Amino acid sequence: MTAPPLDLSPPVSDEIRQTTCYMCACRCGINVHLTSGKVSYIEGNRDHPINKGVLCAKGASGIMQVTAPSRLRAPLRRVGPRGSGAFEEISWDEALKLAVEWLAPLRETAPEKLAFFTGRDQSQSFTGWWAQQFGTPNYAAHGGFCSVNMAAAGIYTLGGAFWEFGAPDWEHSKLFVLFGVAEDHDSNPIKIGIGKLKDRGVRMIGVNPIRTGYNAVADDWIGITPGTDGLLILSLVHCLLEAGKIDLEYLAKFTNAPLLVNSTEGPEQGLFVKNAEVQPFVIDRRTGMPAPWDGKGVEPDLGAVWQGHRTVFQHLAERYLAPEYAPEAVADRCGVTAARIRALAAELADVAFNQAITLDRPWVDFRGDEHASMIGRPVSFHAMRGISAHSNGFQTARALHLLQIVLGAVETPGSWRLKPPYPKPVEAHPTPHFVTVPGKPLSGPHLGYVRAPEQLALRDDGTPARIDKAFSWENPFSAHGLMQMVIPNAHAGDPYRIDTLFLYMANMAWNSSMNTAAVMEMLTDKTADGDYVIPRIIYSDAYASEMVAYADLILPDTTYLERHDCISLLDRPISEPDAAGDAIRWPVVEPDRDVRGFQSVLLDLGARLGLPAMVNADGSAKFRDYADYIVSHQRRPGVGPLIGFRGDGTLEGRGDPNPDQMARYIDNGGFYQAHVPEEASYFKPWNMAYQDWAVATSFFESPQPYLFNLWSEPMRRFQLAAEGHGHVQPPDHLRDRLKLAMDPLPIWYPPFGDAAGADFPVHALTQRPMAMYHSWGSQNAWLRQIHGQNVLFLPTKIWTGQGFVEGDFARVTSPSGVIVVPVAHMAALNEHTVWTWNAIGKRKGAWGLDADAPEAAKGFLLNHLISELLPEQGDGMRWANADPVTGQAAWFDLRVRIERVGPRDQTAPQFAALPDPPRASGGRGQDPAQDLAKNFLKFLGSGRKGQNT
Amino acid sequence: MTSLPASTGTKLGLVIDLDTCVGCHACVTACKGWNDQGYGAALSDQNPYGADPSGTFLNRVHSYQVVPDDAPPQIVNFPRSCLHCEDAPCVTVCPTGASYKRAEDGIVLVNEDACIGCGLCAWACPYGARELDMDAGVMKKCTLCVDRIYNETLPEEDREPACVRTCPTGARHFGDLGDPHSAVSQLVAARGGFALMPEQGTKPTNRYLPPRPKDRPDQASLLAPLLDIKATGFAGWLDKVLGKI
Amino acid sequence: MNPAPSVIVFTVLSGLGFGFLACLGTGLLHPTGWTAFFVWGFGYALAVGGLVASTFHLGNPQRALLAFSQWRTSWLSREAWAAVATLLVLAPVALSDWLGLGLPRGFGWVGAGLAAVTVLCTSMIYAQIRAVPRWHDWSVPLVFLAFAAAGGAMLSFHPQLAMLMLVVLAMAMLLHWRRGDGAFAKAGSTLSTATGLGTIGTPSVFELPHTGGNYLLREMIYVVGRRHAHKLRTIAAGLAVAAPMFSLLLLPEGVAVVVAVACHLVGAFVQRWLFFAEAEHVVGLYYGKR
Ligand SMILES: Nc1nc2c(c(=O)[nH]1)N[C@H]1C(S)=C(S)[C@@H](COP(=O)(O)OP(=O)(O)OC[C@H]3O[C@@H](n4cnc5c(=O)[nH]c(N)nc54)[C@H](O)[C@@H]3O)O[C@H]1N2
Ligand SMILES: Nc1nc2c(c(=O)[nH]1)N[C@H]1C(S)=C(S)[C@@H](COP(=O)(O)OP(=O)(O)OC[C@H]3O[C@@H](n4cnc5c(=O)[nH]c(N)nc54)[C@H](O)[C@@H]3O)O[C@H]1N2
Ligand code: SF4
Ligand code: SF4
Ligand code: SF4
Ligand code: SF4
Ligand code: SF4
Ligand SMILES: [Mo]
Repeated sequence: MTAPPLDLSPPVSDEIRQTTCYMCACRCGINVHLTSGKVSYIEGNRDHPINKGVLCAKGASGIMQVTAPSRLRAPLRRVGPRGSGAFEEISWDEALKLAVEWLAPLRETAPEKLAFFTGRDQSQSFTGWWAQQFGTPNYAAHGGFCSVNMAAAGIYTLGGAFWEFGAPDWEHSKLFVLFGVAEDHDSNPIKIGIGKLKDRGVRMIGVNPIRTGYNAVADDWIGITPGTDGLLILSLVHCLLEAGKIDLEYLAKFTNAPLLVNSTEGPEQGLFVKNAEVQPFVIDRRTGMPAPWDGKGVEPDLGAVWQGHRTVFQHLAERYLAPEYAPEAVADRCGVTAARIRALAAELADVAFNQAITLDRPWVDFRGDEHASMIGRPVSFHAMRGISAHSNGFQTARALHLLQIVLGAVETPGSWRLKPPYPKPVEAHPTPHFVTVPGKPLSGPHLGYVRAPEQLALRDDGTPARIDKAFSWENPFSAHGLMQMVIPNAHAGDPYRIDTLFLYMANMAWNSSMNTAAVMEMLTDKTADGDYVIPRIIYSDAYASEMVAYADLILPDTTYLERHDCISLLDRPISEPDAAGDAIRWPVVEPDRDVRGFQSVLLDLGARLGLPAMVNADGSAKFRDYADYIVSHQRRPGVGPLIGFRGDGTLEGRGDPNPDQMARYIDNGGFYQAHVPEEASYFKPWNMAYQDWAVATSFFESPQPYLFNLWSEPMRRFQLAAEGHGHVQPPDHLRDRLKLAMDPLPIWYPPFGDAAGADFPVHALTQRPMAMYHSWGSQNAWLRQIHGQNVLFLPTKIWTGQGFVEGDFARVTSPSGVIVVPVAHMAALNEHTVWTWNAIGKRKGAWGLDADAPEAAKGFLLNHLISELLPEQGDGMRWANADPVTGQAAWFDLRVRIERVGPRDQTAPQFAALPDPPRASGGRGQDPAQDLAKNFLKFLGSGRKGQNT
Repeated sequence: MTSLPASTGTKLGLVIDLDTCVGCHACVTACKGWNDQGYGAALSDQNPYGADPSGTFLNRVHSYQVVPDDAPPQIVNFPRSCLHCEDAPCVTVCPTGASYKRAEDGIVLVNEDACIGCGLCAWACPYGARELDMDAGVMKKCTLCVDRIYNETLPEEDREPACVRTCPTGARHFGDLGDPHSAVSQLVAARGGFALMPEQGTKPTNRYLPPRPKDRPDQASLLAPLLDIKATGFAGWLDKVLGKI
Repeated sequence: MNPAPSVIVFTVLSGLGFGFLACLGTGLLHPTGWTAFFVWGFGYALAVGGLVASTFHLGNPQRALLAFSQWRTSWLSREAWAAVATLLVLAPVALSDWLGLGLPRGFGWVGAGLAAVTVLCTSMIYAQIRAVPRWHDWSVPLVFLAFAAAGGAMLSFHPQLAMLMLVVLAMAMLLHWRRGDGAFAKAGSTLSTATGLGTIGTPSVFELPHTGGNYLLREMIYVVGRRHAHKLRTIAAGLAVAAPMFSLLLLPEGVAVVVAVACHLVGAFVQRWLFFAEAEHVVGLYYGKR
């Protein structure tokens, strides 16, 4: 017999449309294949700078997201009690009228009574602008509960942060150390990068209590005890200092190490010594005399003492050389042996200094000094929420940056580099704007980087101006706001009552809240008069999430393939270290339901409310829709949401709006890249070629060279205030905490969660599963087969110690809650730590899943154990469960106790099943008509090519 | 058809690097997506939004823990799909000739038009590489993306399996393992690639590359302190480090 | 392995049927006239019924005829041919018995041989599967053939032969169980060989590739009921062998055969259920289950 005929070249589809993935916030380029007008296949776009053709498990399952039966179908108005899930479908006109009816009076009388908070969307420069036009100070996105520690520590120290804003030099790095990362936003770039390292046989070290994913492929695993990274890192700094293995030239030229710290007691102590022009200065080694920090040829002296004032370098060295940072002193607390710490320090030093690399690229620095080549320290680091989601996360992230800097391993070949528009000094960022004037826009952006107590968002009486208490003494550097505090504060009326809570793309009644059950109660709680404590809730979601049931008005969004979006250099672009990049989404298919892209709805709402920037002189809407805004809006003259194809279509960065821009992006695969010139590719903060390019490409109006801040003057200013200096003073109960936390040099203190005490000896963590995105992956027919339920992994010590066997459940108790959950054994785990996958647990009835779905019966959240407030302290106060510098939610401070309870058939707590809101039907294998047709075909014996979506 | 070709010169297959696979499942859904619309019947799912969802996948990623005697425990992610065996028992058991191994490149396929869905080939496969589709009633397995690798409607660079194309870490390699000079053969030689369950006598074509040795024992510090700081004090250290003494 | 009812019914009934047809073919029982019609009919019904039952296991039974095509390599194909050949070759014998045509018995012997070959082929469908070590053994054809012979002899009212065959069956079953219990270990497949990770240390399952179900788990990784294996073995042996022997020895002939065959059949079902339920496929290693 011969082989059957086989068509080896079947055409894949009728048409390919290129857009940007949104199964998560990584923003990969995708080729969407359409067959007979329907999405039939999705693959990665090879030309795309982020993913270079690859897709993750979520991205390749996008087709199940776009067809999910959980998709909302039309605007909804609540008809039953809040939380009951009883809704009626209404028209868009009714929905928008209702919203205007609620919002217009607020704007005219008390704009702060609107709190507008958005989740992990990618249009923050737009939503923030909208809120600014409305005039409320109460706007932020999700960064406060996400990883603001990382962002703020990075900006204040380096002028750029981890997240997806920087990247290891994957091509040249010779050692890669990863702290506390499971997946991160830069999902595919990190994976591609790890692949490159592996190809070159480069060593990778994972510092993480849990050895899965990236840490599983790491050559070395340091199974650190949670919350102690700062100690470990500062101990590494200790070893490097002790051995003199530090990059002195780098420290002298590119950091504030040679600046003089004022030693005179008084209001200036600890600030930099300034000259007559109020500029800090250095002592020039050549002359021993003061010289401008940016003077040509100046050789700053790290060892200088001038009029009794010593350099930052000396303060720093003295602190970290102290025996308290010796490996032997920290080993037990870190759960890492002293020998291991010393070995790691030795390896870092060896690679940085003995294996230094030289790129033959001349460059000129900001002093005008010429360098014949670029010398690199090929040690790279990356870190994320493992470090930042602790109450000592800001200082820990600062410590890590300190380690990078003493090795000369930032912005040098082989190390870690920033992606445009970063580097950008903290001074180039705005400070917060919060002063409301009824009927008027806010005078500037809500979020920013505070440099002095005077810039805090406080009202005249010293109380917080914002509902989330961002930029207050409780968390002065809360650069992303505090989304996790919005509902508790609004419920408590502290600092004041609001009227309308407007949420977008955040599942606040479930997995993104701390203390979920209490939050659900706050959302439904009523006053004595029978009104809701939070009177109105408007929410935009695309799917039947848990949060939907708690809103009064639902504005249903499209899926990501059905709308315009803009991934802009004004907020979170798709840049890489060698190129600035931005991207769009466009409706590659039209929605089959009565849903609208949220941004377009917001513009419509803005126009109906008469927000100045959204209406023409005659009161008509200024923007047709979001696509129109993307193309024609200008932030500054010539600068808009997208940098590509401006003006006549040839201009990059700056140029008049080009009506053709969207079409040009679509033709270009949905993205644009502006390439950093080769001579500008490293040493960016100090490299004049880069500075000039950045100005040309619109990131700055003038060159902004700066020094890295090892010593943070803004922090010291807050310490000074806490010590009683200055006229803006903190409340007394916060003084000690501020003195501790606002140390101008990185420090370590035990995470506040440790206060739980010996009754709660175990650390409990969550990790992102690579194949799921928070709650929104569960509606995906393919992904939920991979992660349909979760278990709590126990280390060997607990597993065997308490006699656990397969099939067991455990009672897990924290200072604020109890859950009962299935468990499993994991050996490659820090012995004091338990963990589970994040956000797999679902509430019964949500997400278009059957009520007996395993996600609800067997899945669970740790959030029930995490409170947004710490237990009462000695002083009777309940402090936020957050970093005292930034307000970052301290998810990973959680301490628990584990008890074996034997087999159970479901997890606890369980909540009443949510009734199904009106939603799209259909979905994978759910179309009875198609099923019939398929069965008939099968009956005829030709089941081939049957598509069953 | 179910006779195996005497030998195939070309032996197309996958080489999977267990040192690099992070267990992201990207290859799992990329495979599902491609084959849901491509070769033969769609890969159906049963009860996709219900209590017990299940469906047909041609590639699945396991995760194992390995406890060495003298080093910390490890986790190894382990993708599993058809190995396109040379002595493929799944082919010889097939009563209808639906299962066959291509003489030209060694790819093992199911001709779904001839498959009666008896399941025997799935029993014969030691690796669990075959799954009977519950909707179509035919046997599904990895086709090595035979409808991609020769597909002239695709750009040259895309003529590789969907799972290989999508793998973000580049842990999956595709090529001719029959040619000792091919990149994949060289990789296997260099990294000590191995076959799964050789004792089953199936002679798999696919190879797995072992994780590289991990967890160096704590080595004595190479980082000697510059000098005895206790004796010289901070000033002594500073002078030494700044090259003043 | 999942003990699918259709496959159990198929192997048990067709085994018994072909065993009985073989006995009829050799003339061990030689009915005539309408008795022959019913007796042969009974044999054919068992054999064909079993074969029909097997198609319930198919995903696309409408193409079942294709199963004849691969006799060169496939035992299932061979079984199909052997079964049809048996049924065809014995048809004239049956007709001759019914209508008294006096065909030489030689035909019957050929048919009987073919029936044995059919049963052998059936057993080889399982015995050839190396991935199921418990099955991959010569004791499997022995058990299947012994079942066919013992059942056939009983149905043929031949107590002496039946006793002999029941003894053989008992030994075959014991042998199969004893060899089977060590088979998995002997085959040498472990999670270490399945993953190649044994060189690093001792591997175990950390996470399964999916929390949802799949075909492999349903079809090949059947862990239910194995706990009671030993009890069930006693029941199987008791019903398939001991009970028939006692009834043949102790009860009056007519009743004895009916009781013996009935017990034997139930025992055969139990044995066959166990044959599947106890058999562990090496793929279970990947799932940490066998
Ligand atoms: N225990 C624990 N809890 C955590 C964390 C943790 O590590 N541990 N991590 C925290 C962190 S960092 C984060 S960022 C939060 C994340 O928490 P959330 O921001 O709440 O994330 P999701 O669950 O993805 O919810 C986003 C909502 O957006 C909706 N959505 C999806 N696509 C669209 C769309 O196109 N349009 C609109 N309008 N809506 C859409 C989804 O349906 C969902 O309801 O969780 C936090 N919670
Ligand atoms: N697939 C997928 N990708 C995602 C998301 C998703 O839901 N799914 N969510 C996105 C979002 S919103 C975010 S914020 C990012 C977050 O991305 P990640 O920063 O990777 O966040 P987590 O998954 O919370 O992982 C935190 C890691 O830190 C470790 N860890 C916890 N405590 C400590 C500690 O004290 N020290 C050290 N060294 N490690 C510690 C945990 O073990 C875990 O591995 O991921 C984004 N990307
Ligand atoms: S990482 Fe995955 S889900 Fe996220 S954008 Fe990229 S392909 Fe899409
Ligand atoms: S895509 Fe690559 S890294 Fe991800 S699971 Fe598959 S083989 Fe492993
Ligand atoms: S892996 Fe299994 S299905 Fe693939 S050729 Fe080998 S035996 Fe056949
Ligand atoms: S299931 Fe199909 S391919 Fe497999 S043995 Fe049966 S007929 Fe052949
Ligand atoms: S080669 Fe193709 S069919 Fe095989 S596992 Fe990869 S994607 Fe799936
Ligand atoms: Mo996040």
